[in-house]
Amino acid sequence: MSIIIKDLHAKIGDTEILKGVNLEIPTGQVHAIMGTNGSGKSTLSKVISGHEDYEVTSGSIEMDGKDILGLDVDERSRQGIFLAFQYPMEIPGVSNANFIRAALNARLAEGEELDAVAYYKNLYSKMDALEIDRTFTARSVNEGYSGGEKKRNEILQMSMLEPKYCILDETDSGLDIDALKVVSRGVNSLRTEDRGFLIITHYQRLLDYIKPDVVHVMHDGQIIKSGGPELALELEEQGYEQFKPVTA
Amino acid sequence: MEIEDISATTSEPQEIDQETQDAIAIDRAKGDFRVPENHKYDAGIGLNSDTVDYISSVKKEKDWIREFRHKALAVFEKKPMPTNWATEDLNNIKFDEIRYYLANGQKPTRSWDEVPPEVMETFERLGIPEQERGFLAGVEAQFDSEAAYSNVKEELTKQGVIFVNSTEGLREHEEIFRPYFGKVIPTGDNKFSALNSAVFSGGSFIYIPKGVKLKQPLQAYFRINSENFGQFERTLIIADEGSEVMYMEGCTAPKFETTTLHSAVVELVALKGAKIQYITVQNWSANVFNLVTKRGIAHEDAEIRWIDCNIGSRLTMKYPGVVMKGERARGEVISIALANDGQHQDTGAKMIHAANNTTSNVVSKSISVGKGTSTYRGQVHIPKHLKGCKNNTECDALLINSSSQTDTYPAITVKGNKHVTQHEASVSQVSKEMLYYMQQRGLNEAQAMSLAVNGFVNDLVSEFPMEYSAELKRLIDLEMEGSVG
Repeated sequence: MSIIIKDLHAKIGDTEILKGVNLEIPTGQVHAIMGTNGSGKSTLSKVISGHEDYEVTSGSIEMDGKDILGLDVDERSRQGIFLAFQYPMEIPGVSNANFIRAALNARLAEGEELDAVAYYKNLYSKMDALEIDRTFTARSVNEGYSGGEKKRNEILQMSMLEPKYCILDETDSGLDIDALKVVSRGVNSLRTEDRGFLIITHYQRLLDYIKPDVVHVMHDGQIIKSGGPELALELEEQGYEQFKPVTA
Repeated sequence: MEIEDISATTSEPQEIDQETQDAIAIDRAKGDFRVPENHKYDAGIGLNSDTVDYISSVKKEKDWIREFRHKALAVFEKKPMPTNWATEDLNNIKFDEIRYYLANGQKPTRSWDEVPPEVMETFERLGIPEQERGFLAGVEAQFDSEAAYSNVKEELTKQGVIFVNSTEGLREHEEIFRPYFGKVIPTGDNKFSALNSAVFSGGSFIYIPKGVKLKQPLQAYFRINSENFGQFERTLIIADEGSEVMYMEGCTAPKFETTTLHSAVVELVALKGAKIQYITVQNWSANVFNLVTKRGIAHEDAEIRWIDCNIGSRLTMKYPGVVMKGERARGEVISIALANDGQHQDTGAKMIHAANNTTSNVVSKSISVGKGTSTYRGQVHIPKHLKGCKNNTECDALLINSSSQTDTYPAITVKGNKHVTQHEASVSQVSKEMLYYMQQRGLNEAQAMSLAVNGFVNDLVSEFPMEYSAELKRLIDLEMEGSVG
């Protein structure tokens, strides 16, 4: 089981951002993508999730052997793709509890209903683990939250929806060290044999807490180098410059 | 959005969750049906003094009422359409093609078993009997021009509560109602209050005696069943000193080929220390012109709250008002308007401060969908000689599509410097990125949109009684289903 991306090209408007990405994320593994601003990391996460602003011009994305490029954002989500946003959106007037319940309901077959008691029990235990105050169930999604609260809320949604593939887009940005630890613990608790992770980050720091199996370096819309966890350390010490093609 | 369009989307079950489907099924069954017309009394098509005489005769009215009607007709004919400030669409009302009075000649019964079968079927499908058994203190159900059923719980009658239709109110309780009738909203207030005054029929006349506090609401249900028809109910509620009442009205009509007119006048009088809450949930079909005048007078320490939800209709013009006549009186208007494709919700509030230390609050939220237009018109008036008056006005508009429109016309006239007023207005949009975020969690576009819209009005919906807030959420979901894709 895996997401397999082959020679993926994508553009927004007339600007090509992804210029032939090849990547395989099998379940049971954590892959990290590192790269400078503008290298296409965040675009890759949006294209995998199906953001309609990006047009895939060639290449393919397969999930567990099935082409997903024809699916809408919500269909991809229900089939198991979760994206933790770099900038989670605020939804005024919609409580966290209602939002997550609506998302879970969208996954149920017709006629099935969520058991309210079991739902809250599950929600509370996951909130406790992420050190989110229980009053957040009634608060509007992300409205007026601090950066750290928003990111923890993303991980809460992720753990409630139990996706098969989790993409974390710069989840570490704007987090202090304590919040980073809590978020990382949340992610680590979700690491299982049947779940795959793609972690997009600028910094090695996050990878101290979430140990990747594979590290990729992205530059100018392509993955230019892949390696073990040591690659992240190398990047941290020596910068991105050494990996850039001389001709670039 | 027409109701037919909804059924088209329900044929793809994977697109819609079960809850929404159920809601659609219920609402279709609820609103969009009609029973055969069977009217013993029909004032015919068009409006002239014979029409007025016909109505007055059928009702066996006293001369003063007949005269009141004739004078009103003259005012109506003289007054121009208010198209100098309101929409030109008003000119499309064909007064000559409307039927002004339709009734089957039966007096409203107090027992469901005596209600004519076709009328009973209508109200049973709309769920009125169940609601009455459940949480209501009294109910009146109006079918076209006249009440078909009217019942108030026995213990309330014993306490002196009167809850009857307008004909009965003026005939049986003239001494109570006549002093206030047409005083809160004079005939010549506007063209449509004049029209109503000429041809009014049905509606609720309510009197709550001193100190009586009703724990359960009274409810009226207005149903238009006939095509080319005008419904002109007249409601007058008098809450005597220290009394409290909550009144709720629901309105529906099936989908007609031609336009239909609903033009009500509602007058409220809250005497010293009394409280009146007036709650409206209307779900008119898309070819109803809904032109309603609603106003209340709040005496010393009294409180009047209008809680108003306007969904559907081709054009709604409605600006509930409170005249705060006594010291420390309070007035409030809380309104939600949803203008779907091709609809225009022109709503607002009028707060007239006429005594010291009076307080008013207006919270208005509108949603415009497709080519829908929402207009807010507010009027707050605080004269110079008063002191210690407060007004808070908030109006928020949500635009769903790029073709949706909203306009705000607040008119706040505050003279003198011993007052506190506050005005906030906002226009927001359901952004593409917000929808993307919600869709990334697995909601389809319509579900995401519904959730966003429900979130927008959430704090106001909680002002409605439970039975109505659930209904409201369903209605909003239903309206949003057709707004995307």
